[in-house]
Amino acid sequence: MELKRTAIAGTLESSDIRIIVSPNQNGIEIELQSDVEKQYGDKIKEIMYEEIKKKNIENVHIEALDQGALDYAIKARIKTALDRAIQ
Amino acid sequence: MGKNSLRRSMLYIPGNNPGMIQDANIYGADSILLDLEDSVVVSEKDAARKLVSEALREIDFSNLEITVRINPLTTEFGQKDLEVVVPSQPDALRLPKTENAKEVKEVDKLLSKIEKNNNLEIGRIEIMPMLETALGVLNAYEIATSSERVSALTIGGEDLTADLGVKRTASGEEIFTARSSIVLAATAAGVDALDTIYSKVDDIEGLIEETKFIKQLGFSGKAVIHPKQIKAVHQVFTPTEEEISESKKIIKEAEKAESEGLGVITVNGKMVDGPIIDRARKILNYSKQL
Repeated sequence: MELKRTAIAGTLESSDIRIIVSPNQNGIEIELQSDVEKQYGDKIKEIMYEEIKKKNIENVHIEALDQGALDYAIKARIKTALDRAIQ
Repeated sequence: MGKNSLRRSMLYIPGNNPGMIQDANIYGADSILLDLEDSVVVSEKDAARKLVSEALREIDFSNLEITVRINPLTTEFGQKDLEVVVPSQPDALRLPKTENAKEVKEVDKLLSKIEKNNNLEIGRIEIMPMLETALGVLNAYEIATSSERVSALTIGGEDLTADLGVKRTASGEEIFTARSSIVLAATAAGVDALDTIYSKVDDIEGLIEETKFIKQLGFSGKAVIHPKQIKAVHQVFTPTEEEISESKKIIKEAEKAESEGLGVITVNGKMVDGPIIDRARKILNYSKQL
C-alpha cells in the first residue's frame, strides 16, 4: 500500500498526539517529539509500526508531536492519519 | 449494564478529545455519552470514531454505562460509525433525531449483522433513541416499542425547540408537552425516560429546579454537559432517608397483609394499595444500587 498524499491526525492538546504522515522512498521513518521520549519513545514507535505493518505500508515518513497520549490514542491517531493518506 | 441500570446522570464527552474520554470515569456520573455527532466537526468524524473505538477497547470504565451517540444513518457518517464502533462493544447507542420505528429497526438489523460478523453476543447492545423533532415526539410509543434493544427514550431539547421555531427557556413550557409525552410513552413501553441537558453550566440552582421538575414528570435521569452538574442531579434523584424508611415500612406491611390474606393495608393512617407498594419497591431497589 502506498500513501497518496500527506495527511495529519490528532491535535496539540494535552493527552493527544499530532501525527503527520507523508509518502517517501526510504522505508519507514519516524521522528518523535515527546516529553516522555526516554521512557516511552520505543513503545510509541512500536504502536505506530504495528499499524503501518497492518496496512502493508513499506514507505512512510512520520512526524509525531506527543502531548502525553496514552496507547489507545496513539493507535487511533496513527490509524486515522494513515487512512487519510491512503484514500 | 442493562435495562435496569442506574441512569441518574449521563455525561456528554466530545468523542474527539482523548483527555476528556480517558478522564470520564473519575467524575462519578452513572453513564457516559461518547459523542460522535454534534460535538465533532465534519472533518474529524473519521478521527473521532476511531478514537472512541480504541478507547472502548482499552480503557477500563469499570461500572460506567458507556453509550455512543452516533451520527444519523441518513448522513454519510452514521453507517461508518456503526461499523467502526460496534465491534468495540459500547453498552448502548444513542440515535439522534429518531423519527419513527422503521429507523430503529434498521439500526437494530445493522447492529445484529455487525455483532454476528464479529462473533459478539447478538442483541446485547442497547438503543436509546433521541426524540428531537415534533414527529419523533409524536411517534414516541412506536419508537419505544420498535425493538427489544430500546432501553430508554431521551429528549433533545435544543434541537426540538429549533424544530418548533421557538427559543429554549428556563421555564421550559415550550417542551413541556414533549417531555410528558415521552414519559408516557416510555412508561407504557417499560423503558427509561431520560431528560435533556441544562445548558447554563454555572447555574446549579436552576439545574436543581429543572431536575426536580422533570423528576416529578416521571424522568429517571438527566443528561449533563459538565462534571460539576453531576452532584446536583444525583442529589435530586436519590431517595431520601425518609423515603427509604417509609418504603421499608410499606413493604413490611404489604408482606404481612399478604401472608394474612388481607387486601388493603394502611400505613401511618393512609391507605396503601398496589401502585404505592410498587413505588416503594422501586425506591428500595434503587437505593440498593447506590
